[in-house]
Amino acid sequence: MSAQDILVLAETNQDAVADITLELLGGARELAAATGGRVVAVLLGSQGAKFTGALGAADRILVVDDPQLADFSPEPYLAVLQSLVAAEGPRAVLIGSTTIGLDVAPALGAKLDAPVLGGCQSIAAEGDALKITCGLCGGKILADVEVKGSPAILMVLPGSFRPGEEPGAAQVETKPSPVALQPGAITFEQMILPEAGDVDITQQDVLVAIGRGIQQEDNVEAAEELAKALGGALAASRPIVDQGWLPTTRQVGKSGMIVKPKLYLALGISGAPEHQEGMSGSDLIIAVNTDPSAPIFDIADYGVEMDLMDLAEPLAEAINEKKG
Amino acid sequence: MNIAVVIRQVPDLIEPLEIDASGTSLDMDEVSFLVNETDDHALEQALLLKESSGGSVTVVALDFGEVDDTLYAAAAKGADRIVKVAYDEDRPPSPRQSAAMLAEAVKQLGAELVLVGVYAHDELEGVMAPLLALELEMPYVGVIRGAKAGEPGSVTAFKEFPGAVMAQMNVKLPAVLGILAADQPPRYVPVSRIRNAMKSTEFEEQEVAAAAIAPAVKLQRMYHPEVGERAEMLTGSEDEVAARIAEILLEKGVIK
Repeated sequence: MSAQDILVLAETNQDAVADITLELLGGARELAAATGGRVVAVLLGSQGAKFTGALGAADRILVVDDPQLADFSPEPYLAVLQSLVAAEGPRAVLIGSTTIGLDVAPALGAKLDAPVLGGCQSIAAEGDALKITCGLCGGKILADVEVKGSPAILMVLPGSFRPGEEPGAAQVETKPSPVALQPGAITFEQMILPEAGDVDITQQDVLVAIGRGIQQEDNVEAAEELAKALGGALAASRPIVDQGWLPTTRQVGKSGMIVKPKLYLALGISGAPEHQEGMSGSDLIIAVNTDPSAPIFDIADYGVEMDLMDLAEPLAEAINEKKG
Repeated sequence: MNIAVVIRQVPDLIEPLEIDASGTSLDMDEVSFLVNETDDHALEQALLLKESSGGSVTVVALDFGEVDDTLYAAAAKGADRIVKVAYDEDRPPSPRQSAAMLAEAVKQLGAELVLVGVYAHDELEGVMAPLLALELEMPYVGVIRGAKAGEPGSVTAFKEFPGAVMAQMNVKLPAVLGILAADQPPRYVPVSRIRNAMKSTEFEEQEVAAAAIAPAVKLQRMYHPEVGERAEMLTGSEDEVAARIAEILLEKGVIK
């Protein structure tokens, strides 16, 4: 336990450690090298032992096993984290900007009277300060922030760090919950998996993805024709799914699917960090957007500043011609 | 069910965002505001719950940006009461400041359920929704895509996880839910109904104590990222660009 340690909240997705956790360990490794502290992974659950092997980039792995932590519920998670962080007194706590992180990180900061930052993309230690760059406004604005209080509770955007590969000491400590846990007012009942039968967009070589720029439901057909010409499937960013124009199984991003196709053709998608999280690993990204400052152009290989509806038909024709 | 909905104004990302002379804030004189998208979904979810289970919906908002337009639209959609909380600063409050001020207003409503958007895109010091719950001393769960009335004194909420997986959660009331998306898209209201609401709706204006919460971090600089560094931009007519993309796809072996 050291005031220079970097603590990482580990997350699991069903049967594996989440990618974001490996990235946080990578970021924590760099930060700990600068602070002179260790990397401490915290894993809350009821079968923590089966995941510790994947957390080898940490120096210490604190596993808290308790039946109340078997499935995520905010109150017990927060109570345990608050107690652990207060006892460990680290320099910083790295938490993914995830469906769990969004629930616990801000409240953890408030309960510990500790500084909290969201949208963290880079973190460096300089003397007694942490220098952090955060993304705001859908990635259109960056903010450089200095944090002196500790522990700094940092909500990190996925894709900000390379996964930690350098092995740490990986000393495993399994302990019961440091606080007595009772079911809270919010309780997990069951996990609902997506309905089978729709196209599995994670298995497609070609995805034509539509975003807010499609403007109206009638225009979805033009994108579908393009996907057919390319032999691919239609995917979407969250606003399209929220509108009910495509099912949730077609959603790419933070709360949707993580895809890595050979071609990701992004039509009218601005490329907010939440969306990039789901598709930045694609082999070839071509983005079409009327806004030249759209963050999607930051990660695209090719960009076109144009209304997607002006391009969809000529592009489908050009592709069909090339296919001969 | 007596439901309170918190609504915020955020910069419209369609418009260019300028940084002011201080270099640490957006230029608020140049910003176009609109309702925070997830708050709009929170309102829709509240209206759906009211329609299915009865009760009332009260919208609470800080007097910031172009909030009146948003509040009249909320009234036109079916909100029963509108509470506008005084706020005189030029810059938006931090999440902790917002939570403290809004909670003071919400506490007076005796709401069983409080709905708020799970995040806003301009929040720097974390997100406000769970902090509002702490201020209200209510439990919180966020990233909710849909909710329905459950057993008396509870709601069933669906929390979204990656991979289109949902966790069904039982939520005993009172509680705060951070809404990502409602069961259906926010309803459209014609301008004529909003105009009628402007004539018939009276906002309940409320003063609350300013939140004396100093920033816990030091914002040093705000700036635009280097955009499009990586992308090779293709230019020309629609046909020329289409032909070039088709060539690229052939070269890369995507089409054969």
